Amino acid sequence: MQDQELLRLYGVMARIRAFEQAAEVASAGGVRVLGATLTGGAKVRGPLHLSIGQEAVSAGVCAHLRTDDLLTSTHRGHGHTLAKGGNVNRMMAELFGRADGSNLGKGGSRHLAAFSVGMRGANGVGAAGLPIACGAAHALKLQDRPQIVACFFGDGAINRGPFLESLNWAAVYRLPVLFICEDNRYSATTPSGQITAGAGAAERSRAIGVPAVSVDGNDVLEVWRAAADLVDQVRAQREPRMLHARTWRVKGHVSVDTQGYRDPADLAAAIAADPLLRAREHLLARGVDAVRIDALDRAAADEIAAAVAFADASPAPALEQAYTDVQTIGEGAWQ
Amino acid sequence: MAVTTMSYSQAAAAALERAMREDPSVVALGEDIGRGGIFGQYKGLLDAFGAHRVIDTPISESTIMGAAVGMALAGIRPVVEMRVVDFALCAMDEMVNQAAKNRYMFGGQGRVRLVARLPIGIWSASAAQHSQSLEAWFAHMPGLVVVCPSTPQDNYSMLRAALQAQDPFIYMEHKELWGLQGEVDDELEARFGNARLARDGGDLTIVSWSAAVHPALEAAQRLAGHGVQAGVIDLGTIWPWDRDTVLSHCARTGRLLVVHEAVRAAGFGAEIAATAAEYTGCRIARLGAPRVPVGYAPVLEAIASIDADKVERAALELMGMADRATGISAQPQGAHQETAEPR
Repeated sequence: MQDQELLRLYGVMARIRAFEQAAEVASAGGVRVLGATLTGGAKVRGPLHLSIGQEAVSAGVCAHLRTDDLLTSTHRGHGHTLAKGGNVNRMMAELFGRADGSNLGKGGSRHLAAFSVGMRGANGVGAAGLPIACGAAHALKLQDRPQIVACFFGDGAINRGPFLESLNWAAVYRLPVLFICEDNRYSATTPSGQITAGAGAAERSRAIGVPAVSVDGNDVLEVWRAAADLVDQVRAQREPRMLHARTWRVKGHVSVDTQGYRDPADLAAAIAADPLLRAREHLLARGVDAVRIDALDRAAADEIAAAVAFADASPAPALEQAYTDVQTIGEGAWQ
Repeated sequence: MAVTTMSYSQAAAAALERAMREDPSVVALGEDIGRGGIFGQYKGLLDAFGAHRVIDTPISESTIMGAAVGMALAGIRPVVEMRVVDFALCAMDEMVNQAAKNRYMFGGQGRVRLVARLPIGIWSASAAQHSQSLEAWFAHMPGLVVVCPSTPQDNYSMLRAALQAQDPFIYMEHKELWGLQGEVDDELEARFGNARLARDGGDLTIVSWSAAVHPALEAAQRLAGHGVQAGVIDLGTIWPWDRDTVLSHCARTGRLLVVHEAVRAAGFGAEIAATAAEYTGCRIARLGAPRVPVGYAPVLEAIASIDADKVERAALELMGMADRATGISAQPQGAHQETAEPR
């Protein structure tokens, strides 16, 4: 890989990191769950699912996706959206629930969507994106279009029925889907290992007939290389593949989750495995000047600060928006 | 323009054949549809359009429906065969959290134009898990259009129109109407949200839908013999339902009887009754099934079914002419007693 590309990947991860950190700050006091207190005044209200520590998976996979490739995401979808090309101003405004949000303030963090760059929505229901991804790929096949679908889901989702069904479906109909299991080792607040039989996503995938590759999801180089190969295969052979990326969740299931249930050593390992630090190490080892890396951090911080300002300046949605885009037949029949 | 006599199931197959011929984006998917569907409602389509457009699926209800959502977002118009509403419950997340909400929660970025076929009604001798009528569940769900075709004409015009619409449709045929014969005018266009006044009458308003319309009409004939002129309104569309037609009719007659095969408690009749109570002064009654699962033995299944006897009896009671109902067989009311002895 060229240094330029590795720097670019670092930049994507830095932007995701900055976005997540800003969102976290903006959400303090915004929800009462898992022991947190609602204090009011938070700019981002409601539970926020942060992907801090998982940036390499989004960056490494989306590097090989074109704008018109499709992507389905999860409740923890800010990184996927940003890496796919989502507009950070509109993303932040959506988290703030404002009129200029990508979803006009009607979805929030859990439902971020950027259809113009192929991002077909973050889904609040675990594993719900898999059948939708299969359908999107099925459409591409029926329409004889060359695009592919990237379907992100977590390690918790592999225990839901739609996971099994979707792998089978994609294999039976030979659909151009890259399934990406972003394995952060936790199903909400329960370690997935405790509640998952067998060797996990990759083994289950192979058993159904979808070839799978496992990688260290915190090494963006490794993710990038594996994704390059798998995306090539999906594009050329029009068949499904799975990338199982082992990563670490640094923050709680939701932003206010203080993770009292978590073994401190496990949390320390998660922090130490920081994908940005590891990418920085790669770059420095290649002789890239730290100044250039720092500049990417600063640029990301500036960009996200501007996004926060944009979001804060955006008004709340007009009340009429509660009644738009519900359905066409029956519009007006609200009672 | 052609008017042909055909069955309810043939009407659907004809409408779908025409839609698939006229619109290359229409695709059908579901279990066992390649060989014509278990009721013949897909007959001939595999031969005509090929396996890529008439897709036999695994028994994977979540993915049948979820994939239909994904297809719809990518410009395909799926007809999603769920076989019976009872099985469609395996895809509730996909209908309710995905199809129904996608357009709204994504701020209008996508449209989910699909027609999900969820046959309702008691399926003769098929017992509890194959005999439900759940139109009220989907009427309750913002984002969905809910329709119940009651005749072959409906099952042609409505299916055709649903495949030209912009919304996710919960299209609820009735499991026992497949063989019903009727005239189908292939140029007659369905108008969703417009009820059909199947029979007019100034003494009583009967509102019904789906298979129950037929015993309601038969009962209306008998009521004429008692000197009661009953109007029968076939809603057709459950959501949005035609409030204007219903309310203006029962405001005129002063008596509203809602008849449906679904469980009476919290059935869609409750919504109609409440609306009539809010806006008119008319007397209201609802006829529906008791809140028990549909049993297997014929005498048990019959507790839940709607027939002309029951409609006639309910209508006469509403008219204050219960004495006239003595000749009609009454059904046992079951455990109304508060302290039924356990067996």
